[in-house]
Amino acid sequence: MWSIVQTLWKVFLHAASKRRTVLYPEVRPRLPGRWRGRIVLSRDLSGKERCVACYLCAAACPVDCIAMQAAYDASGRRYPAFFRINFSRCIFCGYCEEACPTYALQLTPDFEMGEWKRQSLVYEKEDLLISGPGKYQDYNFYEVSGVAIEGKDTGEGIDDEPPVDIRSLLP
Amino acid sequence: MTAITLPLLLIATVLFAVLTVSAGLIWLERRLLGLWQDRYGPNRVGPFGLAQVLADMIKIFFKEDWIPPFADRPVFVIAPAIIIVTVLMSFAIVPFSRHIMVVDLNIGVLFFLAFSSLGVYSVALAGWSSDNKYALLGSLRGVAQMLSYEVFMGLSLMGVVMLAGSYNLSAIVMAQERVWFVIPQFIGFVTFLIAGIAETRRLPLDLPEAESELVAGYHTEYSSLKFGMFFVGEYMGVTLISAFITLLFFGGWRGPVLPGIVWFSLKTCTFICFFILMRAALPRPRYDQLMAFAWKVLLPLALVNLLATGAIVLAFFR
Repeated sequence: MWSIVQTLWKVFLHAASKRRTVLYPEVRPRLPGRWRGRIVLSRDLSGKERCVACYLCAAACPVDCIAMQAAYDASGRRYPAFFRINFSRCIFCGYCEEACPTYALQLTPDFEMGEWKRQSLVYEKEDLLISGPGKYQDYNFYEVSGVAIEGKDTGEGIDDEPPVDIRSLLP
Repeated sequence: MTAITLPLLLIATVLFAVLTVSAGLIWLERRLLGLWQDRYGPNRVGPFGLAQVLADMIKIFFKEDWIPPFADRPVFVIAPAIIIVTVLMSFAIVPFSRHIMVVDLNIGVLFFLAFSSLGVYSVALAGWSSDNKYALLGSLRGVAQMLSYEVFMGLSLMGVVMLAGSYNLSAIVMAQERVWFVIPQFIGFVTFLIAGIAETRRLPLDLPEAESELVAGYHTEYSSLKFGMFFVGEYMGVTLISAFITLLFFGGWRGPVLPGIVWFSLKTCTFICFFILMRAALPRPRYDQLMAFAWKVLLPLALVNLLATGAIVLAFFR
């Protein structure tokens, strides 16, 4: 019986304590940089698309909301002919970002994606691409990998050793 | 002419005031619960979210008024009306101030008890006519709870009646000239308060509608305006019980400086807020605990209080 009176009193005292609600449209919540929000496709510092259309993000996606088609441009770079994310399905788990080997696909701290029509939630490559490198500034897949493209042959990358002629090593 | 129009005007005013206050309570309750739970509650529609009441009413008016095909149609329709009628009838005898009352009934307390008992029919018929097992379980609980708590609700008031020497509510208020009855009748006050919560089926004693077990209890099948009537009926019940606590134990309209009606409203409002505080703070008891508490603790307590009051009145005040 006494504990009931105590409970009533303690709850009554809560009238004086601070309210925890964040009044959202007026007061913005501070989101950490690693917040898993809207997905973007980044570019490297030279302004070229980072995505190499390896399909790893599409494979990792638990809800199958990523679709793409790989293609090669004139310089031999692999790129997605189309890249489509259906955000009405996306659960913002971030597995695609973890799977991405080229830091192309990144999640950003933006969650205000409300739309009137479901179809508007399907983002094409033009909607996803941003102008800069996003969270990872100085990474360029083609500069560090052994893949040959126009103007850079195998072995000419950063920290790259010249290719070995395996037959010359024979005894 | 004024002999007819004045009472009619008074009745209309009382009806309007009671209905407005009970609708406003929906807003007040949500705001106060928010305050005590460190959040805001409705604060978007209108100033302080006051227009939320209007929005809610518009919403509930335009919902589909669905009567399930398996329901017992006439009984289903009449059940929500009963709760409104019984509660509103009780307001007829409430003296809001020295001269503002619809009828000055000489059996006021009995009238109130009778109509609060009739309110049981609403719960019973609503649950029965719904032909739904959760509704039936809820109404079974409701009927048992209300009948049990009514027993000592009446008994707890008899002490007050003895001290005042009358069933008339204005006479009871007048008798509290020197001291409020809450002091000599503290046990009576506590038992009446608990019985009042049980009668209005408010949290923590809202087992008839316990939403975590029974969906929504006896009004599971109700929608639209019929549900709204149960909803508003509950808030009118809260207002009624608060008004009666004020009248019977806290001196009604009596108070210095301010006019009587202001004192009455202030005191009633305090108890309404207390009802809401209880909802914010207390968990629901188990059903057997509820019944055991009624019959094993509160009923003996009310009887002892009655005997002691009777003995003292006989010994010293004759």
